[in-house]
Amino acid sequence: MAMAAFRREGRRLAPLISPRPITAVRSSPLPPTHEDEGPIGVRYISTQVVRNRMKSVKNIQKITKAMKMVAASKLRAIQSRAENSRGLWQPFTALLGDNPSIDVKKSVIVTISSDKGLCGGINSTSVKISKALHKLNSGPEKENKYVVLGEKAKAQLVRDSKKDIELIITELQKNPLSYSQVSVVADDILKNVEFDALRIVFNKFHSVVSFLPTVSTILSPEVVEREAEAGGKLGDLDSYEIEGGETKSEILQNLAEFQFSCVMFNAVLENACSEQGARMSAMDSSSRNAGDMLDRLTLTYNRTRQASITTELIEIISGASALEG
Amino acid sequence: MLRRASGLLARPILSARARSFATDLPAAQTADETFVKTWKKVIPNIDPPKTPLSFMQPRPPTPSSIPSKLTVNFVLPYASELSTKEVDMVIVPATTGQMGVLPGHVATISELKPGVLSVHEGNEVIKYFVSGGFAFVHANSVADIIAVEAVPLDRIDASLVQKGLAEFTQKLSSATTDLEKAEAQIGIDVHSALNSALTG
Repeated sequence: MAMAAFRREGRRLAPLISPRPITAVRSSPLPPTHEDEGPIGVRYISTQVVRNRMKSVKNIQKITKAMKMVAASKLRAIQSRAENSRGLWQPFTALLGDNPSIDVKKSVIVTISSDKGLCGGINSTSVKISKALHKLNSGPEKENKYVVLGEKAKAQLVRDSKKDIELIITELQKNPLSYSQVSVVADDILKNVEFDALRIVFNKFHSVVSFLPTVSTILSPEVVEREAEAGGKLGDLDSYEIEGGETKSEILQNLAEFQFSCVMFNAVLENACSEQGARMSAMDSSSRNAGDMLDRLTLTYNRTRQASITTELIEIISGASALEG
Repeated sequence: MLRRASGLLARPILSARARSFATDLPAAQTADETFVKTWKKVIPNIDPPKTPLSFMQPRPPTPSSIPSKLTVNFVLPYASELSTKEVDMVIVPATTGQMGVLPGHVATISELKPGVLSVHEGNEVIKYFVSGGFAFVHANSVADIIAVEAVPLDRIDASLVQKGLAEFTQKLSSATTDLEKAEAQIGIDVHSALNSALTG
């Protein structure tokens, strides 16, 4: 096998036996032969350029590997919390059903995204789905507004839908996520935004490699009453007795607000999980690509090094044979 | 010949596997179809997003006779305390007072005030102090209780309760704005409920 390798090397070096080896020119983007100090007439082909590239690629590989480890540990911490919070929205869907295709005048799209980048395509997916929902619900007399959570979606949505953005909330994950923090955010949104239906767009954490874009719809109390009277999915809402001295509309109002904060909490946790999982796989493929690039650069480096040695030898030998005869 | 036989075997196995996945979510698919259809018409290039119904187990239908046990789901933001647990009775602290829920209870939506929730299963009773939330009782004898915070009663410190009560009473007397008065009043309500939970 070593003989075959030598034969291959010989075949590769054969076209290089010329005053200016071609590989040196190909591998360096800068003007070739950075002349080193040496005896006059001897040219050293520089491996400096390739060596610099190898160093930087190796550093990138180390950094991305470390980022992957960090993302894996953060994922472990937050995954259990997200799975525990999954029971929170189920009673509401069991009671009120799910009406993603409801026809309302004012719909507000809450897009949840991450603050930091390098997490693969999940933020672009969320923004794509939000814009598609905007298009789906557009029509005469209908208005769609955005509420943006997270820097990445803000950057993408500000570019073309700036006038439709009502509220931008960033730095959600500076402190560890808690229900009280999310309920404050939900309160903020409910106070400042008028809506008939709220659609929360987030990436649901299915597994470490799969994140499903999901949209949860929450209807305002007036729409709930209207739908309950109209019949259909919410028709049997009227059969539920309202326990308490307050009127039905007050209870429905409280219910809608509570539902919003619960669904938001679960959505934010799931999105954070998806972000860490996507970052893990992005950094993993990045370090693998860096490793591949490093292999290729090593081969180029060795070829360049051997070519320079061969050139030196040839020059010496031809110089010696010229002296002899 | 062996290859053909393995091919023949592979196809029924594959279709069996496909069929077993299809039975996972029977009722959920129909609900989302209008959404998927309208989506595909307007936006054919992108896959439609999932909706919560596809992630939920379908609820049991309303039985014709009253079942013997009540199924309780008690969820908190950080954990599902009880999920589909079969019990005899739960007593929830509704805003109108303690409400007992037995199997066959009429469908109800009730808001909860801070108080004691007790779950009766046979001879054992588990009591939690809940901060507030909602309780839904469905016609199929499934009760959903959603609370923001719940602690078992033995974890509450009586001395801290007294201190808190005194602190909030003092805050109420010194409160100036409506917001401060409301906050102090809430504090008093919660602490006096805690107090009566510990004593009663």
